[in-house]
Amino acid sequence: MIELENLGFSYGEGEMLSDISLKLAPGSFHFLTGPSGSGKTTFLKLCYGALQPTAGHARLFDQDVRHMSRDDMAMTRRRIGVVHQDCQFLDHLPIADNVALPLTVSGRDSLEEVANLKELLDWVGLGKRASAYPPELSGGERQRAALARAVIMSPDVVLADEPTGNVDWDMSQRLLQLLIELNRMGKTIMIATHDLNLIRTAKSQVQARVLRIAGRRLQLAGADL
Amino acid sequence: MSNLAILFKSLFSSDNQSDRVVPPSGFTARLTVFASGAMAFLTVFALALSLASGRLASRWGDELAHSSTLRISAPAEQMAEQVQTALRVLDTTPGVALARALTADEQKALLAPWFGPDLPIDSLPVPQLIEIVETEEGYDGAGLRLRLQAEVPGAVLDDHTRWRKPLEQAAGRLRLLGWVAIALIAATTAAIITLAANAALAANAQVIQVLRLVGAQDGYIARAFVRRFTLRALSGAAAGMVLGLGAVLLLPPAQDAGGFLTGLGFTGAGWLVPFVIPPLAALVAFLATRTAANRVLSELP
Repeated sequence: MIELENLGFSYGEGEMLSDISLKLAPGSFHFLTGPSGSGKTTFLKLCYGALQPTAGHARLFDQDVRHMSRDDMAMTRRRIGVVHQDCQFLDHLPIADNVALPLTVSGRDSLEEVANLKELLDWVGLGKRASAYPPELSGGERQRAALARAVIMSPDVVLADEPTGNVDWDMSQRLLQLLIELNRMGKTIMIATHDLNLIRTAKSQVQARVLRIAGRRLQLAGADL
Repeated sequence: MSNLAILFKSLFSSDNQSDRVVPPSGFTARLTVFASGAMAFLTVFALALSLASGRLASRWGDELAHSSTLRISAPAEQMAEQVQTALRVLDTTPGVALARALTADEQKALLAPWFGPDLPIDSLPVPQLIEIVETEEGYDGAGLRLRLQAEVPGAVLDDHTRWRKPLEQAAGRLRLLGWVAIALIAATTAAIITLAANAALAANAQVIQVLRLVGAQDGYIARAFVRRFTLRALSGAAAGMVLGLGAVLLLPPAQDAGGFLTGLGFTGAGWLVPFVIPPLAALVAFLATRTAANRVLSELP
């Protein structure tokens, strides 16, 4: 699915990540922790091909990202749902159109898919906010909309970067439950967060592996959580 | 079907969703519409100039190619005899369809623009002019000159070549100038639209990032921009063409007194020629935006 082998990444001369090896198994649940600036977001970007490793290999669905064409990369991204920290919406489109964007760009905006969209918006609790524009939504609503957009194509993997960073405790629990529900549907989940309480809550409900980036390397954490 | 053909076909198919992924407003929209409109307006005039020059060149060529003038300067008492001799020589010259001495009134009318209508032409030693109309084959100019030299010593044959060629050349150059102007206008349109497209792509970097994030292929993103710019150029050029045609219609009609200037415009089927401007502007916009979009997208990580 997603396989990293001796992966390293540098921004210019400064090495950000080094010698990272990881294999995400189908249906697994991962947390990624580490202090701010440790490279969590960079790591996730390497996992969905937005960045290319400067050392080692990154394979997405058995294809080395270095040998993938731009079109192949676009097709692969349809299999990986991404929830960004800042959500990244098209502000001139209503939230329903934003959530449906992956369907639109892949030419799957049929009536049946539109019906699914309504169901999905209800699932994330935004059924009544479908026609609102992104700037009109609260932080929690935006995160839920981003999650809905990430899963609308029924991807194999969902990568979430600080999905609960801008929301209160109740909302973070709600978002976590949505991600746990997705994992129970067989999706592979990886959440980058520094919220240890969130991790503890999740670990009481699913079998989650906790990874930590420290000193540019990826370590298995868990005993202390 | 090639990618280019698919892309071009997609321009005219309804795809509201892909249209909407790019924000609709911005100065680039107005710039594209305005530039296309202004350029189409100018192209109408360049076309009018080019077509009018072409008509003028062929008219001068046709009118002057088969006619010449014989000018007889002789003392008054010999004038009638020399004119008769010249007409006789011309009548027997192969290639001359018609030879006719201009009447006093006709000669007076020719001089009127310079000396006024009251010129006492009978009292002046004005040369007698003989108008010669040639057959399709034409006559042997050198042979005719030798015969006239022997029989009509005061005759000078002017076959118009001396001043017809520069006129035809000038008209030809004007026509070329018109086409060069059209080519420059097309190039300028392409440059402006490329700049506008680049600005739009730069301004929408966030949009492109989001589209890439959700799995949009570069072709899809490029299509959204190309379609928008092509349709803007088409609508701007259509408006510019209509305004240009209206302005040409308001020009004074062709008159002999006005010469070339009043003949600037279109005639007959020529009025249809400007209708190719909007599709051509759209094609220029299509190619310019597509090139810009592909370049910008390939440079983005």
